Amino acid sequence: MNLKRTNPSMYYLQRTLFYLLVLVITAYLLFPFAWAVLTSFRRATDLFLPPLQFMTAPTTLDNYTQVFGNPSFRRGLLFSTIVAVGAVAVSLLFGSFAAYALGRFRFKGKQFIMYIILAVSVFPQIAVLGGLFTLITRFRLFDNPLGLMVSYLIFTIPFTVWVLTSFVRDIPGELEEAALVDGASPLQTLFKVLFPVMMPALVTTGLLAFINAWNEYLFALTFMSTNRTVPVVIANYSGASQFDQPWGPIMAASIVVTIPLITLVLIFQRNIVSGLTAGAVKG
Amino acid sequence: MTTNAPTTPPPAPPARGKRTPGIEASRARTAIILLLPTLIAIALVAGFPLYRTIFFSVQEANLTTPDQSTFIGLQNFWFTTAEGIGLGFLQDPQWWTAVRNTLIFTVFSVFLETVFGMIIALVVNSAFAGRSFLRTAMLIPWAIPTVVSAQMWAYMYNDSFGLIGQGLLGGQALLADPSKAIWALIAVDVWKTTSFMALLILAGLQSLPGDMYEAADMDGASKWTQFWRMTLPLLRPALLVALVFRSLDALRVFDIMYVMLGANVAASTSMTGYARQQLIDNQLLGTGSAVSVAIFIIIMTIVVIYVTAFRVKFD
Repeated sequence: MNLKRTNPSMYYLQRTLFYLLVLVITAYLLFPFAWAVLTSFRRATDLFLPPLQFMTAPTTLDNYTQVFGNPSFRRGLLFSTIVAVGAVAVSLLFGSFAAYALGRFRFKGKQFIMYIILAVSVFPQIAVLGGLFTLITRFRLFDNPLGLMVSYLIFTIPFTVWVLTSFVRDIPGELEEAALVDGASPLQTLFKVLFPVMMPALVTTGLLAFINAWNEYLFALTFMSTNRTVPVVIANYSGASQFDQPWGPIMAASIVVTIPLITLVLIFQRNIVSGLTAGAVKG
Repeated sequence: MTTNAPTTPPPAPPARGKRTPGIEASRARTAIILLLPTLIAIALVAGFPLYRTIFFSVQEANLTTPDQSTFIGLQNFWFTTAEGIGLGFLQDPQWWTAVRNTLIFTVFSVFLETVFGMIIALVVNSAFAGRSFLRTAMLIPWAIPTVVSAQMWAYMYNDSFGLIGQGLLGGQALLADPSKAIWALIAVDVWKTTSFMALLILAGLQSLPGDMYEAADMDGASKWTQFWRMTLPLLRPALLVALVFRSLDALRVFDIMYVMLGANVAASTSMTGYARQQLIDNQLLGTGSAVSVAIFIIIMTIVVIYVTAFRVKFD
């Protein structure tokens, strides 16, 4: 069936419609973000302009200077980084042990443990909010990045275990058997044989877990009061008066927080797609 | 099927040669030791806090003094005073508004995401110039933090500045009107997560055998028939997994409501927002925990229904 030859006008009509659809989809996906980027480079007084004049209005970096001059935003960046990196590091370490056990060993109760881990990854964070809050205050971890970091393990650990397990299963068993025959202990096998092979998986999983931790809002809002993370800072960004929403700086802060994520995602996009689909079962 | 990587049964560990029970037992011991850090962490951050939440749901307790709680049974759920005032949260109309809005939100956003995700995935799956660009562009809404996308859209909905609020609607305050706000929020969620759905569906599409379509072309089946008769049935497992997880995410939605509507309105647009308001803002540890338990039960019930009704297998 070759439409191009049998019915050229039909073919070109179809092609045109198809590209029109592609154009609509692209605009839909990118426009809101592009508009935010544009806004972040506009002066507060120009925000009222009609769209065409708004687009051609003078560009300014004022919003960005203001955002970086804001101490709570800078602290937010620092705390977000500490909390997210910490949670991811712990999860990758624990998660790779667990994934090795679940992907390579046979033992009683394995199925049960897998179901537990899956159940935790689907369960709503609100279900533990009250209980966790009382524990965090009990251990004097309120407003402490450590408390937030530990509480993030609730979604980073099940996620890393689940995704890494599916990666571990894809590693050919011969590698591990060879190490076993050579008399390597399970830990040696894990660190010296499996880790190097798992590197891409670890990077992908770590990155996805990092994104989740970086974006988390409910716990960050509840367990921190002055040491806010970046999403909370952005949500609460306020201007001179209570009723004045400083949209320029809010958009600038949003862009600053988003650019690193987008860059990472674009660099690792191949891996991300495989990680997402392997971990379709995600929290 | 790449989408189902975690759902395929584990290949049995290579059991070449004869293993003595001693080795088996010691392998099992090693496995448990390797799992221990994860199990302890899960018990610490999920198990114990969940137990505490359930415990407080049957207590009268205040957030600032959790130690002075008294057992009151199910009164957090349902309790009428001698004067006929209903104190249980199930008697609070705001809770039911929140439930209704959450359900509307879930049904419509997941439905639209599936339809749009399918369209985008089908487009990206066909050959055309600029395909890899679109594939990359797809990742952008997904990579943007939820709070950021909430703010971006709140700005666009703004009635004096916003492209939509001022430009398209001529200064209507969309978010101020609760009956319209829910649709505005669905639009935000659809924009944000359609990509995720599209990625999962795309992975499913790419695992479909190409020669099957060649055969169908030979037999003269139209593209439309091919989609309904071949693509859709074969995509079923991938679609179901995606649907389950999107629905669960939508049911526990919190961020966009809270950021775009504020704490008070969020409490009547999402179950999670209502729970947090009772728990943290009103400091009612008992009632708030009871609400949390209710949400937990709702979500777990839905998981069980999905898993049994569609025989979704997770390993």
